[in-house]
Amino acid sequence: MAKQLKRRKVVETLLAERGDLLVIGGLGAPAWDITAAGDHANNFPMWGAMGGAAVLGLGLALAQPKRQVLVVTGDGEMLMGIGSLATIGISKAPNLSIVVLDNEAYGETGQQDTATKHGVSLSGIARACGIKDCRDVRTMEEVKALRDRIHEKRGSLFAQIKIDPEKMPLVLPPRDSTYIKNRMRISILGEAALHD
Amino acid sequence: MASKTTRTPATRRKKLEHYADAKPDQSWPRELYALLKTQNIQQLALVPDAGHAPLIKLCEADPSMTMVRLTTEEEGVALLGGAWLGGQRGVLLMQSSGVGNCINMLSLSSMCQFPLLMLITMRGDHGEFNAAQIPMGQATQTVLEAMGVIVKRADAADEVIEAVEGAMKLAYNGYRATAVLLGQKLLGAKDFRKLAQAA
Repeated sequence: MAKQLKRRKVVETLLAERGDLLVIGGLGAPAWDITAAGDHANNFPMWGAMGGAAVLGLGLALAQPKRQVLVVTGDGEMLMGIGSLATIGISKAPNLSIVVLDNEAYGETGQQDTATKHGVSLSGIARACGIKDCRDVRTMEEVKALRDRIHEKRGSLFAQIKIDPEKMPLVLPPRDSTYIKNRMRISILGEAALHD
Repeated sequence: MASKTTRTPATRRKKLEHYADAKPDQSWPRELYALLKTQNIQQLALVPDAGHAPLIKLCEADPSMTMVRLTTEEEGVALLGGAWLGGQRGVLLMQSSGVGNCINMLSLSSMCQFPLLMLITMRGDHGEFNAAQIPMGQATQTVLEAMGVIVKRADAADEVIEAVEGAMKLAYNGYRATAVLLGQKLLGAKDFRKLAQAA
């Protein structure tokens, strides 16, 4: 059995030399993970809206077709919005990547099992929804290849990364979501966004 | 029971017509489409409803409008939040039954102060045939308001544009979630018995 991937190392690798990548962090640990890699104006960590991370990423990707959008979320969050993979599959946004950090547990609520623990394949569902490039990731080499692929505009992408279910210290993003929203809008659209 | 057995198909039809479709005024969907265009609405997120069908058809024929076909209405709340982050405006179309699916996701609009405009075609509102539509139809406005959504209603064709324009201004000038309920008085209520008879 290969050593399990560590979530913070995975996210740090995915966000290395991120350029103008726009990043959504699904609620719970993925929001802390993207913040641990460095709080950033192009980060949108979510404090709630469980099930909404991937499809929020779709709205952003459709609005900003020249930018690459990466959604980093958890298996529980993705399962709650599982239907959104059909919405994303048929929308064919070429600039949207979804990465699920799969610890097979609801980590924030006491490590209860998710469906992925019992054999549900999120990458299989994503593939069946028409997302062409769907990956199961188990090694750091695959994580590095995934990082490069996220920056290429080659069609939507879905990756399910099995990770160590370890609990990490919380690294909290700014708490006011209106601040996070305006910060990202100014970063993408310029100061003019404040007058829109 | 006696009257039932003596009712002829003709009298039965006449009785049914009493409940059947109000003759829908066909001009408002076109005016609504024109309003969405002038207000620079670029993403149209939807779970379809018969009441929205003419508007959906107009938008489908417009390549400059991005249609996002949702599996459940709450996706639209998150989607349009993302659209706003990227500088685009959108509208979310749904039937009143879909409002129940959106409840928790509306927290997102609230906590982020995302502008949101929902156009909601009513069922279970006035003259409904299907009992299953009545609980959510009757609760629609209460549920939306409980989540902090500003609600306007249109029950006649000449009220639609004013209501939508007003709600859109509140949404985009005030960074608020808003909804316009398009009532069954406007849309008509289909009678399933009539449909079954016609089949």
